[in-house]
Amino acid sequence: MNPLAEKYLRKSALPLIFCPGCGDGTVLNIFLRAVEEMGIFKDLALVGGIGCSGWLPTYLQSDVLHVLHGRAIPFATGLKLTDPRRKVVVFTGDGDCAGIGGNHFIHAARRNIDLTVIMLNNGIYGMTGGQVAPTTPVSKRTQTSPYGNVEFPFDVCELAKAAGATYVARTTVAHPRPLLTLIKEGIEHRGFSFIEVISQCPTQAGRYMEGTSNPAELLGLIKKRALPVEQARQASPQELEGRIVVGKLHHTREKKELSQAIYENFPEEKNN
Amino acid sequence: MKTSLKKKTTEEIIIDDKYCKGCYLCIAVCPKKVLGRGNKRSRAGYSMPQVENLGECLACALCEMTCPDLALTVVLEKK
Repeated sequence: MNPLAEKYLRKSALPLIFCPGCGDGTVLNIFLRAVEEMGIFKDLALVGGIGCSGWLPTYLQSDVLHVLHGRAIPFATGLKLTDPRRKVVVFTGDGDCAGIGGNHFIHAARRNIDLTVIMLNNGIYGMTGGQVAPTTPVSKRTQTSPYGNVEFPFDVCELAKAAGATYVARTTVAHPRPLLTLIKEGIEHRGFSFIEVISQCPTQAGRYMEGTSNPAELLGLIKKRALPVEQARQASPQELEGRIVVGKLHHTREKKELSQAIYENFPEEKNN
Repeated sequence: MKTSLKKKTTEEIIIDDKYCKGCYLCIAVCPKKVLGRGNKRSRAGYSMPQVENLGECLACALCEMTCPDLALTVVLEKK
């Protein structure tokens, strides 16, 4: 077993519950590296929603909340406000974050509370059997869109940016090193950090949407579709069609953080 | 001897048969084709990858970082 897993994971819960070749495990792997490099394990408080990605935090030997569908961010807000020294990281899926918990997500972004939300996007409701999600691309076949999806998908990064998030980034599991840098930056940033990670789902999204359940092929497809944000700025809309723009999309330090603003309003509470 | 740009050398690549699920992502991400498909079965019954030419390894640890089951470890040679 990897020495990092030996150090940070609950041995009784292993092996991981994910299907072979699932991108979620890669994100856990990279997250452990980020925790190791930053040395923040003692301050960590993790929150997971419902879905495959919601299982991720439950493997770590830190404080973990595994909560209602779509309600990971409100629980995390409570955790952060009771003790602003905590490093609260939320693991959520695309259905959990953009679908069921969409309203909670935009309000947390508006408030600019110091959370790090890592959204794993596989473009489908994978755990429940492959239903169409708010992030499923147009014309893709799923269990609930057998003739192709007719709805238009969300660009969740644009949504976060418009709602007021102060750190927005997107990357894929095919780029582990940039993913590590972005997770570290997101945790360091004081304010609402949103990181979208495009991952492969061989069991549901791969089989029905892409026509292959080979994880290596799916990883190659993701890598081929990725376009760095510097190149995307000069590209025409036709060139951007079907591409994934990766990199740091938005970063500002101008907005005040919520827990800081609240505790400044209660001067007698400051020393506690 | 051929001059090499390698800064680190790999001593061994350990693949844990208790956790490997045989997804072969490690084979797909390796730039030097160090790993290949093997016949050995993991404890869960998946056929595991095997180390084929360790001499080519760049110690980039992409396989270790990509492994979704944290089963793979790249052990660097101590200097």
